Amino acid sequence: MNVFISLAAVVFLFLAGLLGAGAGLDALFGIVIPYIAIFLFLGGLIYRVMIWANVPVPFRIPTTSGQEKSLPWIKQSKLDNPSSTLGVIGRMALEILCFRSLLKNTKTELHEDGHVAYGSSLWLWLGSMAFHWSMLIILLRHIRLFIEPVPGAITFLHKLDGFLQIGAPVFYVTSFIFPIALLYLLFRRLGDPKLRYISLVNDYFPLFLLIGVGISGFWLRYISKTDIASVKELTVGLMSFRPVTPAAISPLFYGHLFLVCVLLGYFPFSKLVHMAGVFFSPTRNLANTNREAHHANPWDYPVKVHTYEEYEDEFREKMKAVGIPVEKE
Amino acid sequence: MTMAKFDEPGYYKHEDLLKVDYHPPRTGWMDTPVDFRPGTYIYPGKAKNLKYLDLPNPRNWAVTDEDWKLQENWKEIVLDGMAERLRRYRTFRLFMDICVRCGACADKCHFFIGGGDPKNMPVLRAELLRSIYRKDFTALGKILGKIAGARELTYDVIKEWFYYFYQCTECRRCSVFCPYGIDTAEITMMGRELLGLLGLYVNWAIEPVANCFRTGNHLGIPPHGLLDTLEFMVDDIEEATGIKVDIPMNKKGAEVLFVTPSGDYVAEPGIQTCMSYMILFNEIGLDYTWSTYASEGGNFGLFTSHEMIKRLNAKIYAEAKRLGVKWILGGECGHMWRTMHQYMNTVNGPPDFLEVPKSPFTGTVFENARSAKIVHIMEFTADLIKHGKLKLDPSRNDHIRVTFHDSCNTARGMGILEEPRYVMKSVCNNFFEMPENTIREQTFCCGGGAGLGTDENMEMRLRGGLPRGSAVKYVQEKYGVNQLAAMCAIDRATLITVCDYWAPGVKVTGISELVANAMILKGEKKRTKNLRLETIPGAEEEDTAQGNIEHLETIEGMHTTKGGSSNE
Ligand code: HEM
Ligand code: SF4
Ligand code: SF4
Repeated sequence: MNVFISLAAVVFLFLAGLLGAGAGLDALFGIVIPYIAIFLFLGGLIYRVMIWANVPVPFRIPTTSGQEKSLPWIKQSKLDNPSSTLGVIGRMALEILCFRSLLKNTKTELHEDGHVAYGSSLWLWLGSMAFHWSMLIILLRHIRLFIEPVPGAITFLHKLDGFLQIGAPVFYVTSFIFPIALLYLLFRRLGDPKLRYISLVNDYFPLFLLIGVGISGFWLRYISKTDIASVKELTVGLMSFRPVTPAAISPLFYGHLFLVCVLLGYFPFSKLVHMAGVFFSPTRNLANTNREAHHANPWDYPVKVHTYEEYEDEFREKMKAVGIPVEKE
Repeated sequence: MTMAKFDEPGYYKHEDLLKVDYHPPRTGWMDTPVDFRPGTYIYPGKAKNLKYLDLPNPRNWAVTDEDWKLQENWKEIVLDGMAERLRRYRTFRLFMDICVRCGACADKCHFFIGGGDPKNMPVLRAELLRSIYRKDFTALGKILGKIAGARELTYDVIKEWFYYFYQCTECRRCSVFCPYGIDTAEITMMGRELLGLLGLYVNWAIEPVANCFRTGNHLGIPPHGLLDTLEFMVDDIEEATGIKVDIPMNKKGAEVLFVTPSGDYVAEPGIQTCMSYMILFNEIGLDYTWSTYASEGGNFGLFTSHEMIKRLNAKIYAEAKRLGVKWILGGECGHMWRTMHQYMNTVNGPPDFLEVPKSPFTGTVFENARSAKIVHIMEFTADLIKHGKLKLDPSRNDHIRVTFHDSCNTARGMGILEEPRYVMKSVCNNFFEMPENTIREQTFCCGGGAGLGTDENMEMRLRGGLPRGSAVKYVQEKYGVNQLAAMCAIDRATLITVCDYWAPGVKVTGISELVANAMILKGEKKRTKNLRLETIPGAEEEDTAQGNIEHLETIEGMHTTKGGSSNE
């Protein structure tokens, strides 16, 4: 059910972009909606990040995943249980760049005789890395559509990504990896009963949306080629706040663009904010220095405690009887 | 033969418990109500305990009652409570927002592995709360409702929370595997705080809290009772070793205040652990004191609310100040150390009136405790052994083939992994590790932490204990392991049940007990009995390691090879 709602929503959105632009609403789909999307994306993301940043971290609760720093002759696990800023940066960098925690992933199996077995399970890590990194490269490749002249680093990236030169146009490896990885993530979600059980529209919708973006982009590049010059006219126009809608742009492009706009607008209000959120996670980004340095709770308040005086008042006679020293005789 | 009841392990057949169905039910999780089956839930907090602690809505009620006698405006209370916590805890807010439901955490929870209930997947446990968050605190949830994974807060949701937030032992294993470090224990803590606002507690946690508030310890032992208890131990120590140790009690001006969980005052093997501390301190001549007021290192406040952590823990620094000690030494405990390490300095510190801990015997300054001024007994002991300050005869432990259960809290909330191993390997010749997915930061809970270790919850305890039990059985079969060491008072109570059920024949021990049994004490008599006052196998005739191994082989009838996975 959740799957179909999500798929239908994405198909509908794509067609809306395609047909809308075909029906002469170029200005709406090429100018108004992109501006709204960018506004929602930036505004929403800043808003979300500001909320997190403004919520205090009352306690220092890193999830320690290795040996603490203690006696000088015991080797500390500096990345998994960092006690310095450098260690934390290392831990976070590995988490963000390599999805290190997913690398630990195991598959647990219960055998009939009660034996619990653990196997390493790296498909999620692989699929996830393939998807995220190819997306990043694709995004960077898009820079050539926005900036003139194209920076050297981006041109180099194109060369790298297109190393499998199979005729013209150049085939980029990421154009294939991106949708394949996404399809894997989708089928994984559908194939595993546990995952299907927990999956919401919130999970299928972004997958379909990204697949839609990927496939329509693929189409634009390799099958029904768009006029890059006109696209660039549009993007540069948008960026310089002198928007134009060049006539040579195909409706298919608007379908692609509309899906991207929906993605941008949806991003800050959905689980996709994990991109920013991962940096804020207190179980990962704090050093394990609890006993070494004081960590203050900004909203700390006094609480009712049972003082020693009250305690002694209740038990004084008993204490004296057995010779435990007391404050008040 | 009398029939076992649902609160006894004998009631549960192994083959029944092992028939775990991992297929989720046909109905969606939002439409599957809780089934309060005896053996899987915990009895509610009694009114008298809530009253004693000034907690809201004290009344007596039963989990199976239709009406839980909540306040008129319970819904408002919960939503206000959520709003407040979302403003106060970045963890809560963030973890509500960023889960992608990738499922990496799903099969990492011992309750899911042993029980198969999908709501015991950490991700779904969190969704129980997250769905309400969406409905009342996010734009998309407000507009789209169920399509956006939001649902209405109903009476049944409260019942579901009560069931599943008390089926989480706050062990944090899930958070090791989550790519964002989402810590379901943190969400459980929030969930329990919200339930607490409605006066919904479990008695097995809130009664110890009330006891602790009044008498200083969870068991409610009054000062004279504590002295009595320790005096019994002194007699047993004398019987085993020939040495009479002192009990410095509430002694002003001592160098060190010693605090330990009250589990160490009662029942084997807690008491042996406690006796071992006394033997160690006596032998090295530590100038220390016990305290009747700070007679509990553990803190069931951790299973109750952040406020309760602070209320119970205040006594530790207060007592250190009153007695004028220089620093604090803490015994073997799991949740106590999560509190002492991650919370105490923040909630009750900084204790500037204390000194940076320094071992009077080795001169070692415990730099890592320079602000909180509390040292773990394993850090302290490892340092003593490293500096050759203890005379040890590990062969006395040769009849023991020991493995080590890392406690969740000390592993994932502190990272004290090598110290206990170093100590154990120094005092035992036969040490074997369990499989790597079940130790260190990946360690499995005993199934009874965080207020769940009560008998009426037996089915869940056995199910939750399965991954640990299975790992113990593995080393039992492979290396002839016959003891499981744990530095946690809850473990020392709950793992006995788990081992008896899943790996019968394996006994549970504290680490200090192994140390004290191996220590050659000044002026001791010939040690023929261990601290449990059992005859040490082989001690009568011959004291060699060889003799003991042979002895073991004959009594256990097992082929034992040394080495193997024994991790050097
Ligand atoms: C710092 C940047 C980012 C990091 C570290 C990151 C990390 C992760 C990780 C570890 C996962 C879990 C594994 C998985 O399910 O694939 C994940 C899932 C996901 N990410 Fe990201 N991500 C980032 C940025 C983004 C961006 C910019 C998008 C999309 C526009 C995105 C879309 C997704 C989606 C859709 C999933 C869920 C995949 C599924 O359903 O299985 N991520 N991300
Ligand atoms: S591992 Fe983390 S992100 Fe993935 S489902 Fe579990 S809590 Fe959510
Ligand atoms: S903290 Fe432990 S018990 Fe709770 S959900 Fe996570 S793995 Fe399960």
